[in-house]
Amino acid sequence: MNASASSVVSARKLGLTFQTSDGPVHALSVVDLEVEKGDFVSFIGPSGCGKTTFLRVIADLEKNTAGEITVNGMTPEEARKSRCYGYVFQAPALYPWRTIEKNVVLPLEIMGYSKTEQKQRVQRTLDLVNLTGFGKKYPWQLSGGMQQRASIARALAFDADLLLMDEPFGALDEIVRDHLNEQLLKLWAATEKTICFVTHSIPEAVYLSTKIVVMSPRPGRVTDVIHSTLPRERPLEIRETPEFLEIAHRVREGLRAGHSYEE
Amino acid sequence: MTYLLRSWQGSIALLLCLLALVRLPLLATDASTPFAAAGTAGVLLLIAVGALACFMRISRAARALILFVTAHTAAWLLIGGMSGNEGNASLSYFLLIAASWLLGWRCISELAEIRPSSRQTMMALRLLIPAIFGAWVLILWEAITRGAGVPFILLPPPSAIWDRIVSSVPILAADVRQTVFKAVLFGYVVGCAAGFAVAILADRISFLRRGLLPIGNLMSALPIIGVAPIMVMWFGFDWQSKAAVVIVMTFFPMLVNTVAGLSASGSMERDLMRSYASGYWQTLVKLRLPAAMLFIFNALKINSTLALIGAIVAEFFGTPIVGMGFRISTEIGRMNVDMVWAEIAVAALIGSVFYGVVALVELATTFWHPSNRGG
Repeated sequence: MNASASSVVSARKLGLTFQTSDGPVHALSVVDLEVEKGDFVSFIGPSGCGKTTFLRVIADLEKNTAGEITVNGMTPEEARKSRCYGYVFQAPALYPWRTIEKNVVLPLEIMGYSKTEQKQRVQRTLDLVNLTGFGKKYPWQLSGGMQQRASIARALAFDADLLLMDEPFGALDEIVRDHLNEQLLKLWAATEKTICFVTHSIPEAVYLSTKIVVMSPRPGRVTDVIHSTLPRERPLEIRETPEFLEIAHRVREGLRAGHSYEE
Repeated sequence: MTYLLRSWQGSIALLLCLLALVRLPLLATDASTPFAAAGTAGVLLLIAVGALACFMRISRAARALILFVTAHTAAWLLIGGMSGNEGNASLSYFLLIAASWLLGWRCISELAEIRPSSRQTMMALRLLIPAIFGAWVLILWEAITRGAGVPFILLPPPSAIWDRIVSSVPILAADVRQTVFKAVLFGYVVGCAAGFAVAILADRISFLRRGLLPIGNLMSALPIIGVAPIMVMWFGFDWQSKAAVVIVMTFFPMLVNTVAGLSASGSMERDLMRSYASGYWQTLVKLRLPAAMLFIFNALKINSTLALIGAIVAEFFGTPIVGMGFRISTEIGRMNVDMVWAEIAVAALIGSVFYGVVALVELATTFWHPSNRGG
């Protein structure tokens, strides 16, 4: 394997085929991809293009059936067992019987952090996602946006370098989503993490990413990888600039190309 | 007309009152101690006042209070006048009982409409309404059994059952100690704990899950009537054999419910635990058991009543000369029906308290569940 030293995720000819009663389904086929340290990589594509499946392969929640993949230079299973990544799901998946604080502590309890360490980290991560003072609330007492922020705090609590996010803001309204996107960028700048982010929103992908991976379905594959020329510092207004619109246009073209032979 | 329709209970009560006035006296003419004229007049007056209160433009609380006082005082006087005259009631008597019952009904519906502002009043109302409702079941039971002279052996009046309870407290206490505090509690705790433990084992070890659960379903269909005498053969006449029956009865509901509960957690939550590289026991304690709590408490509630039934029925098949089931089976043979009812009343009370305690613990444990969040 000749992945460079700074490569966090490295996929070579990756494939995944589900055996279903209707015959095999090719969720991923021949995916080659490098995610460098510090990257913010978005995966965009229509549903069924395998973007979530790819994220789940990185997280060792699915096993690839072809090709190779390394995460931090290890197999995904080793990476999972050494707690290399934090995963944010489509829904907050907070445990309703635990307070927000206790939910954030959950991974720390499992990983055996000391009580004082747990306390410090909960405080720090709740501050990071602007939920200071909400620690004693139960998840169902908070709004959807706050719940999703708490689930991000939970993924950040144990300081994994890699953050995997599967359409985390998909269920939220536009305004809350803008706000959370802005916060996510700040968080990324502050923590210097590598982020893999699945979305089906073009503006979201362009606004957030340093690298946009455009995917197409049946079989799931990568059709284009776009390196963003936007600066790292991005106010929300950047979405009105010609540069932004040009990248968005290229993403849209890529999506359309992937779609063209269907319909 | 619309005036009368404002409260149909009030209208009919008034009508019944007038009919009763026409059909006086309240007792058959040869009754030994007939009603005093003042007493009869008092009852009629009370019911009339209560019925008229239904139409008055006063606050709900005041109306409910007037109805409460008149309906219950009238019923009290009517039932009180019956002592020594059992079976001699005339039509007029039953009309007045019906009228006061209607007033009681109206009282409950007025109370149910009250929307109190403070939590304490709310709590009090929530207890008061079913209490009045229950009281009227007893009042009607008492008035009809005594008024119509229903044979004691068919259905004794509640007052006779109460007298029996009061006069045989030591016997009842001994029976409760034998049946509830020995057989039921021991059997319940052991049965539920065993069901729970086996469910965890079955979850952990796949051959148990595949082999044991189908057989478990078969065993849960075993008739208790068949199991009880066998347990008496195995474990002797004392409470141990009854506890064994309770264990058999409570084991499977707990096993089946816990197994179902352990798969109640969502796939996303389980993926989350997997992403933390969480071990089996950590996932069990931190995710799957809390998610299973609703199922487990379901089993605990089902078992709380099953255990009592099991222990009482098991005592029909041989027991030392103490125990609730033993008492019921022997006293019914001696035609002491009031004692049987006394045992039934005690069993019902204990069963309700048992169930209530489990339900309260459940509410405290699963406060987070959507079905419990509201209140």
